[in-house]
Amino acid sequence: MKQRAFARVIDLGQASVRDLNQALHDLGPDSNATHWQVLNPRGRHALAVGVDAEVTIEIAGHAGYYCAGMNKRATVVVHGNVGVGAAENMMSGLVHVRGDASQAAGATARGGTLVIDGNAAARCGISLKGGDIVVKGSVGHMSAFMAQAGTLVVLGDAGDSLGDSIYEAHLYVRGTVAGLGADCIEKPLADRHRAELHAKLQLAGLAGQVDVGAFRRYGSARQLYHFHVDHADAY
Amino acid sequence: MCGIVGLFAKDAAIQMELGAHLARMLASMSDRGPDSAGFAVYAPPVEGAVKLTLRGPAGYDFVALAAALRGRLWGTVAVQPRGTHAVLVVAATEAVAARDALATMAPELVVVGIGCSMELYKEVGPPAEVARQFQLADMQGSHGIGHTRMATESAVTTDGAHPYSTGLDQCLVHNGSLSNHNTLRRELRRLGYGFDTENDTEVAAVYLTAKLHEGLSLDAALRGSLDDLDGFYTFVVGTETGFAVLRDPIACKPAVMAETDRFVAFGTEYRALADLPGIEQARVWEPEPATVYQWDRRA
Repeated sequence: MKQRAFARVIDLGQASVRDLNQALHDLGPDSNATHWQVLNPRGRHALAVGVDAEVTIEIAGHAGYYCAGMNKRATVVVHGNVGVGAAENMMSGLVHVRGDASQAAGATARGGTLVIDGNAAARCGISLKGGDIVVKGSVGHMSAFMAQAGTLVVLGDAGDSLGDSIYEAHLYVRGTVAGLGADCIEKPLADRHRAELHAKLQLAGLAGQVDVGAFRRYGSARQLYHFHVDHADAY
Repeated sequence: MCGIVGLFAKDAAIQMELGAHLARMLASMSDRGPDSAGFAVYAPPVEGAVKLTLRGPAGYDFVALAAALRGRLWGTVAVQPRGTHAVLVVAATEAVAARDALATMAPELVVVGIGCSMELYKEVGPPAEVARQFQLADMQGSHGIGHTRMATESAVTTDGAHPYSTGLDQCLVHNGSLSNHNTLRRELRRLGYGFDTENDTEVAAVYLTAKLHEGLSLDAALRGSLDDLDGFYTFVVGTETGFAVLRDPIACKPAVMAETDRFVAFGTEYRALADLPGIEQARVWEPEPATVYQWDRRA
């Protein structure tokens, strides 16, 4: 990460996480502090959480749990790995992880884009409610569990039980899928899906670099989420 | 909750500083486990000798104990007291005699671990305080593992603290909780294994010791636990020559690892690794579920 002369720098070697988040929460609509750099994150939890401003925040190193949680409008770039629950419940904006993400990345996100350059561990996009997640590496088991809306695009492989109990999220995987979860099936990749995939890859800066035809699409068989009287014995 | 740390030195400088690094790693996991802490350091072995780590009541006179043992055992008897613990070094041929002598001369003492390298300390209290009490920062060794405990399955006592050692130079730390430990304890008791506590982790430690005793490799023993142990766990196992890591198949408990050409490190969170030298350039990754990772000094 280049030091930018005009950026506001918060060094977590000196300032607390609370100082950082309070400064970000205090940003008014006409603030000209549009670029922030966070030094010495050292795996601390809850960095840049609850931001609601059109700013760019760069985190110089590995972040801990819940990084950029509840993000609204901001662009958060992590120059390292993130712990559990990165960008959880994101509303809008962009969270870009340059390294790997731990479990439950993008959990319950309602909007915005999460781009992970490396791998994401288990439960990526769990209960996704509308955000877009692009993982350039692979995702772990139980990814997109109960995902309701939004997209999960995986350039690598997906672990076991992908899309278990899925509702209406769209899943695209280029590599192998270890196994599909309950009520998740492969679906044909129609032109409108190729267009959607292209648009999502564009969000991650990958448009034109990746062949959309190399992906397979997965989604809900819609057998599980409406109660079916014939299944009554199964409960 | 609970926190686990582990450090495996690949060069002499890290070996010299092993205790100092481990102490910082342990303290960084305090808010995951404020109830008790413990650690095992694999320190340089003493030729022809075996180490017994003993725990006694506060203020116990371990030096006087060693003097009394000199009249009953062949060879030299050395002792290094550290707080409530002491490492007793006796001739390898006298290990059984030493245990028998201790049982009669000092029944109030607990033997917490035996091995050629392993020295094991654990106590109730905040991790930084436990590390200070045993002067962990001054220790040297090829590798070490540590644990900070937030008690769930059994009481906040020194016996409930990790690591658990149930075999020579073997110890185990655990983050999680096991559901079938009572059943497994009964089965292991039937096979003749003894238990000192009601703790679930001790069952896992004895289970691994039993499997190794059957002749399985550490890798195979750990893979066996995937079938036989029910519950949540991230394990780090220390042996004389290295350590191994295993997470349960659903990866319920967090884990992160780092490797450079100087060390391999394990932490429940990255925060535990943030002070290690050259960590910025390390390969940092999350270990896969149901996969055994192993580092061995002999490899």
